[in-house]
Amino acid sequence: MTTTPISRRGVLKGGAAFAAGSTLGAPMIWAQNIKDVTLRQFGTGVSNLNEVAQKVKEDLGFTLEMTALDTDSVTQRAATQPNSFDIADIEYFICKKVWPAGNLQAMDTSKIKNYDKIVGIFRDGKLTPESTIAQGTAPHTVGFTSGPDGKDFVQEESGWMTLIPTIYNADTLGIRPDLIGRPIKNWSELLNPEFKGKASILDISSIGIMDMAMVVESMGEHTYADKGNMTKEEIDMTLGIFTEAKKNGQFRAFWKSFDESVNLMASGEVVIQSMWSPAITAVKSKGIPCVYQPLEEGYRSWGGGIGLSKALTGLERDAAYEYINWYLDGWVGGFLMRQGYYSAVPSTSKEHMSENEWGYWFEGKEATDVITSPFGDALAKAGETRDGGSFEERMGAVACWNSVMDENQYMVRKWNEFIAA
Amino acid sequence: MQMGRMRAGAVAWLQAAPMALVLLVFLVAPIVMIAIVSFWRATEFSIIPAFEFDNYEFLFGSPVTYRVFLNTFKYALITWAFTFVIGFTVAYFLAFHVRTLTWQIALFLLCTIPFWTSNIIRMISWIPFLGRNGIANSALISWGVIDEPLDWLLFSDFAVILAFVHLYTLFMVVPIFNTMMRIDKSLIEAARDAGANGVQILWNVIVPLCKPGIMIGSIFVITLVMGDFITVRFMSGSQSANVGRLISNDIALLQYPSAAATAVVLLGTVLIVIAIMLRFVDIRKEL
Repeated sequence: MTTTPISRRGVLKGGAAFAAGSTLGAPMIWAQNIKDVTLRQFGTGVSNLNEVAQKVKEDLGFTLEMTALDTDSVTQRAATQPNSFDIADIEYFICKKVWPAGNLQAMDTSKIKNYDKIVGIFRDGKLTPESTIAQGTAPHTVGFTSGPDGKDFVQEESGWMTLIPTIYNADTLGIRPDLIGRPIKNWSELLNPEFKGKASILDISSIGIMDMAMVVESMGEHTYADKGNMTKEEIDMTLGIFTEAKKNGQFRAFWKSFDESVNLMASGEVVIQSMWSPAITAVKSKGIPCVYQPLEEGYRSWGGGIGLSKALTGLERDAAYEYINWYLDGWVGGFLMRQGYYSAVPSTSKEHMSENEWGYWFEGKEATDVITSPFGDALAKAGETRDGGSFEERMGAVACWNSVMDENQYMVRKWNEFIAA
Repeated sequence: MQMGRMRAGAVAWLQAAPMALVLLVFLVAPIVMIAIVSFWRATEFSIIPAFEFDNYEFLFGSPVTYRVFLNTFKYALITWAFTFVIGFTVAYFLAFHVRTLTWQIALFLLCTIPFWTSNIIRMISWIPFLGRNGIANSALISWGVIDEPLDWLLFSDFAVILAFVHLYTLFMVVPIFNTMMRIDKSLIEAARDAGANGVQILWNVIVPLCKPGIMIGSIFVITLVMGDFITVRFMSGSQSANVGRLISNDIALLQYPSAAATAVVLLGTVLIVIAIMLRFVDIRKEL
């Protein structure tokens, strides 16, 4: 523990913090006053779980306040209200948008204990040395900056990370196999007239446009140079195809929040739609069959990480680093992986999962016993395997990453028109 | 004399000052701010003060804007028609058919009971009712009225208007009931003595005397519907849009100047609509 400049809030929190700042913070004193620290974290619902906050209190002693927001609001907050948070739990494509605004600070990788064990996707972009890098905003392209005060992105492991990766997954379409009754193999099925009035897509422009691109490419209408960075013509063409489908009544509804997608699927209003992994889990846990269908064209992937507010200094910043190290230490990883996500450091998460769980979720093996979610719902019976198979099979088949385009503003306006059309 | 008038003037100004100040700070200033921002420029994550017409150009240059405004008017008009007919009937029943004051009050309170729950809950509770496998469809199928579930019950304009009518009819009932209660009963007796039948009394006596109430209710309903965004979003399954949704989408995507421009145009439109409505009835004269 080195001496650190004390922060304004630290002082306000009382004498203990002051003592730590003014003396040469002995570990014991630090251990006591860290209890007074409160870190405010916000992010999307996926990893902003109260269980994590509780465990932080137990293991590390300080308080973590969580705020869960939707993707758009998260972007908005990270970009416009830097003083409203200490820790931003955001996605990499959001990072591309908000990092240049200077509201986050670079993180020193030498302080990250498990840095060397972080999967290649977040470091050089490669899952295995042979893998090719998918289109879109691949996390490693916006994962590093030039130095402690860098506002740019660098393409090598510079020792200064913009976000510490925490969670990621490969997304695809969710289907109701009982209501469809035949195999689904391609993204183009989303616009198949067979499912007229029973399809849905998510109304979050930056993600929705990628799902659309996967569909358009699968239909053979167009091959994009980079789905994650379309030209204006490509944006017009893509949204044109979907506007026509909308007018023909292809879609039952559009969804914006996780719960809406669960309700649409569980009630049978929709039989095929863009979906997120835990939404599938939520539908299944109601006893309704739902498959996260692997498709020939591959997955649309996303990754999230933790960023530190520029305003975070001193004791709070130390607590934040402590929190990050704890995050990568395996408990959270196991907690997230048992919901179907992947952890940035799988090797540590393995120790917090049973052999059966690790085999089912990570290795794609048949479950040897019932698989239950961390919340106690049974998700799979013995003998079942995970949709899409093992970690390498799923993350190795990523076709594109969630992204922000150069023509983002144009796309957003066109998206707005699509919704209003 | 001169001094006295001046002092009286000053006192009047002083008396009006607190209210004027409140209105200035909480009403005029925000609207002016919105108007100013509507000329600014926005990039993805920052808003730059400027004076340019790009936002308005894009707004008026897009055919979608006109469609959305048309849609907003459509919702407002249809909702108004239904809430008026239902609201007037309910108020009429309460005011002229229910004889005792106790029962009038009791039944009136009954009308307001649903309003003890939140707006959004009342709206969302329609969703499982109207869904493809919802109560309405399964009931109709079991009665043999239909063979296939009706898809247009939910996530459609029908659902949006149904929710609007459900949510806002009370805003029509209350002011109409209020004016009806103040109609002098002897006027109706006089009309009947003069040989008017029920329909004639309704049309020539009651409706004209209820005009202020009808107009106040109409203003409530029309402004509420034109400014709404959440009902349209949920009941149409995000598939239809009104101006409110256009604004909320812009805000969600950090396009504040564009949202402000749309808001200014909407404000202008609603003010024009209300001005036209007030041409028909002078509320102040008749209250």
